[in-house]
Amino acid sequence: MASTPPITLSSHRIDRQWVRLREQGRTALIPYLTAGYPTRDKSLQALRMLVDEGADFVEVGFPFSDPLADGPVIQRSTYVALEGGMTVSGALALVKEAELGVPVVAFGYLNPILSYGLERFLNDATECGVSGLLLTDLPAAEDPDIERALHASQVDLIRLVAPTTDADRLLRTVDSAQGFIYLISRLGVTGPKTVVGPDLIDAVNRVRGATPLPIAVGFGITSGAQAGEVAGICDGVVVGSALVERLSEGLEPARSLMQELSAGLRNGSDV
Amino acid sequence: MTEANRSTVGRFGPFGGRYVPETLIAALDELAQVFDQAVADQEFERELADLLRSYVGRPTPVSTAPRLSELVGCRVLLKREDLNHTGAHKINNTLGQILLARRMGKRRIIAETGAGQHGVATATACARYGLECVVYMGEEDMERQRLNVFRMESMGATVVPVGSGTKTLKDATNEALRDWVTNVTTTHYVIGSVVGPDPFPRIVRDFQSVIGREARSQVLDLDGELPHTVVACVGGGSNAMGIFAGFLKDTGVALVGVEAAGEGIATGRHAATLSAGRPGVLHGSLSYLLQTDDGQVLPAHSVSAGLDYPGVGPEHAYLKESGRVSYYSVTDDEAVEAYFTLCRLEGILPALESAHALAWVIDGAGNWSESETVLLNLSGRGDKDVAHVAQIADRR
Repeated sequence: MASTPPITLSSHRIDRQWVRLREQGRTALIPYLTAGYPTRDKSLQALRMLVDEGADFVEVGFPFSDPLADGPVIQRSTYVALEGGMTVSGALALVKEAELGVPVVAFGYLNPILSYGLERFLNDATECGVSGLLLTDLPAAEDPDIERALHASQVDLIRLVAPTTDADRLLRTVDSAQGFIYLISRLGVTGPKTVVGPDLIDAVNRVRGATPLPIAVGFGITSGAQAGEVAGICDGVVVGSALVERLSEGLEPARSLMQELSAGLRNGSDV
Repeated sequence: MTEANRSTVGRFGPFGGRYVPETLIAALDELAQVFDQAVADQEFERELADLLRSYVGRPTPVSTAPRLSELVGCRVLLKREDLNHTGAHKINNTLGQILLARRMGKRRIIAETGAGQHGVATATACARYGLECVVYMGEEDMERQRLNVFRMESMGATVVPVGSGTKTLKDATNEALRDWVTNVTTTHYVIGSVVGPDPFPRIVRDFQSVIGREARSQVLDLDGELPHTVVACVGGGSNAMGIFAGFLKDTGVALVGVEAAGEGIATGRHAATLSAGRPGVLHGSLSYLLQTDDGQVLPAHSVSAGLDYPGVGPEHAYLKESGRVSYYSVTDDEAVEAYFTLCRLEGILPALESAHALAWVIDGAGNWSESETVLLNLSGRGDKDVAHVAQIADRR
């Protein structure tokens, strides 16, 4: 790791997990699944499987009817989850029941959270074991009230940095960020095709220069080999669509991808 | 959430904002900058004014409507946006935005469309300037507006069917935004209404405000005084913002927006966002929204594809809460009835969207005195709706 964040005594679970990962010299594996997909029960099993197979953090998708930052795979999982009756309170209850033992990041869109009530959400989320919140449609500095409420809570505000985020904006973005930076590896919605090339390395270095926070790279990582490559340049690897796709085939195919990713990261970190 | 603490740029009171993926922020910054420069640039103004005159056919007339006036019991004037090239007000905005795209050096254009009027207007402007054009359209809308699909394709546009979600304007907009996130460096997204993240609501309003500027001076020329009431239909709300913009400061002029009540608000099958929704975030801005208790966006319904949208422009949300504009709603049946009424009384075939505003005026017969004037924005012509209305008439 290139830098050490000044947060080693933090009460925030996400920070403590990064300290542990640093001590072990490991790159974090951060899988994503949509709450309630394919069913509530299977979703619960799948979330627990993620931790059994080496997840260091878990991103839980809170379904929204209009997932405009997501590609077809996560869109479909979202519609299935909503049709199965998943709600914000349902997703919180799912996280609570799962007792994952690793930090959980709620991943989603602003409207269901606003509708639930932001303060109420932050209280209930903390109670249910949610440690971070990542909202794809809440860019930095857009809504200072929401940022303030998050900063006053135990729930970390996870920020996205995109290839189009310029230097000034990067500084403003990391300024309000907590937990880690989620670096979007390419333009576009969630789904396949990340290439580890000079652009991605530049992007990671750019973020490194702006913040001591750990950097997780996501959007399009589909295989263990690819995860290993990305692991060489960043602190955490997010895998979403590929895993949701496998889960649509069943729990075991998803498990085998998790095993492949874990192995890929171990090999990648050794390099 | 308090108004004072929000970033105030791009807000209408608390409404508006930029609730979009981080990837798009740079493009929105660039667009805002280019737009602000363009409106201060006389060269830009001249170029757009020339186009509107020689290509679109502006100014559109304000027509008297003697037989309709007799029915309503007051003087009714029609602002004839149906006489624009391509048959609706949409072209006012698309030409302006295409000129902006040229200034940004973007040669690929995307758009969403509901009724197809905005898609046609975008395809038209792209053909005029030789730009690549991709239009996202819900499968259900493609079915009920086949004529417009053919028109877009004839002008060289690619129409991409959207089969996700409701298969209408809402999901076409999601898909257009996904395209933009993916191709943002080469592509300009021509949003068709006063919705979306800042700066779109103010860009579209400003390009449509030509309607209100013209109408105000035309009514003054005709009558020597301002109208009593100005009325327009509201889906996303661009034709309404366009005509209202000319009269917002005239506090004596009543402004009325008419939403689609579909099969009736009580049935839940409607698109009356301001009348029956509550504040929420969709497609980049905070405004009124049709949504469930859990914050999921509800499918809208209207006989008119152009009003079939569960959101509404953030400036309308602001104008509703400030009380400057009153919003009402009209059912499918009332709109279809008004469609035939205007055909029979005035020989004008209105778009089903505009027929909603018309239905509200007809329903208000007796509310105005003979000496009072109601100015109605006839936002588009109804040729595109003929097959659909014929089907409805057959079913009766």
